[in-house]
Amino acid sequence: MTYISKITKNTERNADHNFESYIKDQNSKSLLRFITCGSVDDGKSTLIGRMLYDSKLIFKDQLSSLKAESKKHGTQNGKIDFALLVDGLAAEREQGITIDVAYRFFATEKRKFIVADTPGHEEYTRNMATGASTAGLAIILIDARKGVLKQTKRHSFITDLLGIKNILVAVNKMDLVNYDEKTYEQIKEDYLSFAADLGTENISFIPLSALKGDNMISLSKAMPWYEGSPLLEFLETVEIEGDKSQNPFRFPVQLVNRPHLNFRGFSGTIASGSIKVGDEIITLPSGRISKIKSIITWQKTEKEAFADQAVTLTLEDEIDISRGDIIAKRNERPEITDQFQAHVIWMHDKPLLKGRTYLFKSCNKSVNGAVTEISCKVNVNNMQHEPAKILELNEVGIVNISLHELIAFDRYGVNKTTGSFIITDKITNDTVGCGMINFGLRRAANIHVQDLSIDDDARAKQKSQQACVLWLTGLSASGKSTIANLLEKKLFALGKHSYLLDGDNIRHGLNRDLGFTDQDRAENIRRTGETAKLMTKAGLIVVASFISPFRAERQMLKELIGDKYIEIFIDTPLEVCEKRDPKGLYKKARRGEIQNFTGLDSPYEVPLSPSLIIDGAHLSPEESASKIIDFLEKNNLI
Amino acid sequence: MSKLTHLQKLEAESIHIIREVAATASNPVMLYSIGKDSAVMLHLARKAFYPAKLPFPLLHVDTQWKFKEMIKFRDEIVKEYDLDLLVHINSDGANDNVGPFSHGATAHTDIMKTAALRQALDKYAFGAAFGGARRDEEKARAKERIFSFRTKDHRWDPKNQRPELWNIFNSRVQKGESIRVFPLSNWTELDIWQYIYEENIPVVPLYFAKERPVVERDGNIIMVDDERFIFEKGEKATLQKVRFRTLGCYPLTGAVKSDAASISDIISEMLVSNSSERQGRVIDQDEGASMEMKKQEGYF
Repeated sequence: MTYISKITKNTERNADHNFESYIKDQNSKSLLRFITCGSVDDGKSTLIGRMLYDSKLIFKDQLSSLKAESKKHGTQNGKIDFALLVDGLAAEREQGITIDVAYRFFATEKRKFIVADTPGHEEYTRNMATGASTAGLAIILIDARKGVLKQTKRHSFITDLLGIKNILVAVNKMDLVNYDEKTYEQIKEDYLSFAADLGTENISFIPLSALKGDNMISLSKAMPWYEGSPLLEFLETVEIEGDKSQNPFRFPVQLVNRPHLNFRGFSGTIASGSIKVGDEIITLPSGRISKIKSIITWQKTEKEAFADQAVTLTLEDEIDISRGDIIAKRNERPEITDQFQAHVIWMHDKPLLKGRTYLFKSCNKSVNGAVTEISCKVNVNNMQHEPAKILELNEVGIVNISLHELIAFDRYGVNKTTGSFIITDKITNDTVGCGMINFGLRRAANIHVQDLSIDDDARAKQKSQQACVLWLTGLSASGKSTIANLLEKKLFALGKHSYLLDGDNIRHGLNRDLGFTDQDRAENIRRTGETAKLMTKAGLIVVASFISPFRAERQMLKELIGDKYIEIFIDTPLEVCEKRDPKGLYKKARRGEIQNFTGLDSPYEVPLSPSLIIDGAHLSPEESASKIIDFLEKNNLI
Repeated sequence: MSKLTHLQKLEAESIHIIREVAATASNPVMLYSIGKDSAVMLHLARKAFYPAKLPFPLLHVDTQWKFKEMIKFRDEIVKEYDLDLLVHINSDGANDNVGPFSHGATAHTDIMKTAALRQALDKYAFGAAFGGARRDEEKARAKERIFSFRTKDHRWDPKNQRPELWNIFNSRVQKGESIRVFPLSNWTELDIWQYIYEENIPVVPLYFAKERPVVERDGNIIMVDDERFIFEKGEKATLQKVRFRTLGCYPLTGAVKSDAASISDIISEMLVSNSSERQGRVIDQDEGASMEMKKQEGYF
């Protein structure tokens, strides 16, 4: 037995049932991250210090140093100053203010908590945004004596901007207003009236005194009129996140794990949704498709993985994926763009300049880009939009951004991970701003089918007609092209919009790379069919004149074009055609100068159920064209 | 199963941080102090890259005054897990025989730990160094970023930290500058022990109670780990059942009297404990801002 395996016995599972059940309880605890917003005057640090103190999370040695410091720097006349527990930087303790985000940890029987304690002054907006970015709930402190202030609105706006859906308004210092219910109700009313403009889904209120401990751990006798729960109970029970695993699967690839030639895994953290072995996936923005082969955690594989888990995926196919790609399920894709509109919070002394190149980092991908337009800045105190040419430190703006590469994204409101980004200065490497994507400005056509807002029928209606493809099939020299030309003239005379696709002309341009082998003939028809289909989408009547000798290809056209495909068989016997032979082709073919000539050494498969048959041997071209027009009128196509 | 527990979330967050450094930073290194936090950090790193090996080396700054058992444990772990370990000793300090008894706690730590770390980081030109510090340990750490920027001379500027939003980290530095990365930032001491138990992670046996030769001095219980220990007048080593909540240089690390011989004992003991784990660290018991000052000077 090695030394390590011997000492690992020390940390082995324990047979003690009480301990096992304790550990089980510990492990079933959920995690709530919240942010506290307010100025030092509102008693924010006192509130947090009190929560730590009352939930018995302050150790004896910390308490004795707290008592000593309370005497030295404290504001409570030598009594314990809870704020000193929280303000960590020397400058903060000396000046009695909170400069930076501090993270605090405490746990109760039901939950573990991570508190982001952030400063409230306007010059620390960026710090507050930092704390809010990972929080599921915000406590907004209001001094009961002062009510809803400018800063209350600012704090609420920033938490809303960062997408926090749950707000707890803590009306503090109730002891200084004699625990007056009316004061509390007035503040509640004031807050709700301005918060109506925000997207916050759940707003709750608690009247309390952090200093005195009212409504903190237990309900206060001083406020019998309050019917809700005390603060700690509220925090323990509030429902925060919806199940992120129910959302579409998003896996930003962080690292390609390739220890040897036989293993190629893609490591990352699942941003949302869940994934199973065998699921069909697509990588974006590259658009490659494969299936999940295995999900690896640690020395074992899983059948399924969920949001927030850090895993390594392997795929069935060897496809090229790199860091910064997003893996999604094939039928639930994010959008792809290189231009989008976003809210940006500027975080640096040097202002944001339009047109300057910055580095944008989102979902493990760093891309060069620039702000192409600053639509406006949003006043953080009253949410008013104001014109702006630049964005200064702590200002919020709505901007258009253009990147040098495509990225896959979701709107921030839908997915915080795939909708957020930070902005880095390319020279100093400082993080100078952050942003939340509102929507893409241009879709990338190579990945998604263009969603056109004007539909096909509307285009045809505008032309007072129904779009269709009149497909004329028949032997060479059967009269197709002559009939087609006359037909188009008649349509034109009737004021109809049409276009003629002729076999010979198409072969000079679009299909000039094709010959006359069976394969090339099939491809010739396929391309022509696609072209005809696009033209029907433009609302045109397409007249197509092609030998198109094979049933299989005509069947393909029928499937491709659908109801709009009208097959017209120009039925002229071979002998008649060969006798006409206007281009001398039959003669050449008979001499063996042309290979694969339809009707001679290549078959013409007669249509089995065409929409219309034209007797090319007995009708003149003029009569044939008129017959087709009659058919169209009879079927309400023109 | 679709909603992760507290500990599973912390684990995933740490793995994400460790992978991000490996993917973006130039020449990273993991500072390995041999303690329980380092044990957890190393375990998370091995998980992050499985089935591949760690893509970076470990660095241990050896002050030459660590507990003997720590060094043994370190070497066994390196062998067992096939790790790449760098050991750095401040040779100037070693030549001058710098130690806590002769030079005092502060000078010893400055020279053999803080200066030695700077030397090692400069010598190997590491662009990023992982540390096992947690935010719940100390007030200054509570305000430090997960990716914490250091200037060319390794200084931390607490008033000018890079904003850190969501889980998007900025690891970009210029030549000579570096970042310290703290994957365990959001773990608490209890989380660490619970995770060690859950994952059965090996830790140095000094964490478990055993009869050890100790002397009591200025309210601290100090272990007599080798013959370099200098007794004061009237002092004599006695055998007492003690364990350590934190590990460092043995003359500077206070033990606690304890019967906790297993991990479940430790966790149970922690729940009724009323002193924080840093209390046993002689170096922290001066001014409240001492950690902040040390960090500004380049202490990890």
